[in-house]
Amino acid sequence: MHPQNTIAPEQVTTPMTSRVSGVGRLLIVVYGILALAATGRSVFQIIDRFGEAPVAFTLSAVAAVVYIVATIALTAPGAGWYRVAWVTISFELAGVLIVGTLSLLAPAVLGLTNIDPFGRQATVWSVYGMGYLLVPLVLPVLGMLWLARHRPSTVAPHTPAAHA
Amino acid sequence: MIEWFTTVQIAVACVSGVLCLVLGLVGRLPGDVSMGAVAVVEVLLIAQLVVAIVSAPFGNHPTGSLAEFYIYLISAVILPVAGGFWALIEHTRWSTVILGVVCLAVAIMLYRMSQIWFVQGA
Repeated sequence: MHPQNTIAPEQVTTPMTSRVSGVGRLLIVVYGILALAATGRSVFQIIDRFGEAPVAFTLSAVAAVVYIVATIALTAPGAGWYRVAWVTISFELAGVLIVGTLSLLAPAVLGLTNIDPFGRQATVWSVYGMGYLLVPLVLPVLGMLWLARHRPSTVAPHTPAAHA
Repeated sequence: MIEWFTTVQIAVACVSGVLCLVLGLVGRLPGDVSMGAVAVVEVLLIAQLVVAIVSAPFGNHPTGSLAEFYIYLISAVILPVAGGFWALIEHTRWSTVILGVVCLAVAIMLYRMSQIWFVQGA
């Protein structure tokens, strides 16, 4: 009998068809938790105290949406989602670097009167994500490394049977 | 919120988190120990939810926003359940690591909840 359906847990050599196996799932879970955290906090801040720092809270909400899209893009297969994952993760890295720097050097640009990363005006990107244990700074880098190492397998060139 | 109970709960969540992380990284699949640790974290969260609900009649009110507190608490209650189901469906070592990450996330959320309840002020 040909054991084509035998499951050998430690001998998985089949090429990955999606990016959601092994350690990649961990990345996705951490992204999911960050998306949840950023969404929960920004929604609450916007409902409760939007007038305090509208620019910062709007950026926070944008960040939350981008985290959600990135989480979906990491789980969804295909070249299109792969590109979306790159765009969203690059946006996050740019965001955390730009907003993190602004929050330290020129908090007034963001309309912040208080840059305590754990305070009531804290956003996911303030002080490079310090309020989230710097996870927002580290995660995009890990995400990019992961994406670079897990390109969607190049589509096999279509070979029509020309010499019929 | 009860201060000592919350402190114990954060400690339990941290220990469970580190335990699951270590078990996962040495290659263990989700088992009785890791799932049990997550179950303890979940039971304590439900106890915390009960404490929060009965706090108001006893005159125990948060110094910060009650709504913000509940957003954290309800999210935290959902996390171990989601992680546990994931571990049941996806039986790999990474699911054990994920259980650890979930427990540590719960510990951080509990810490934030305690800040909202005790120290946020007006």
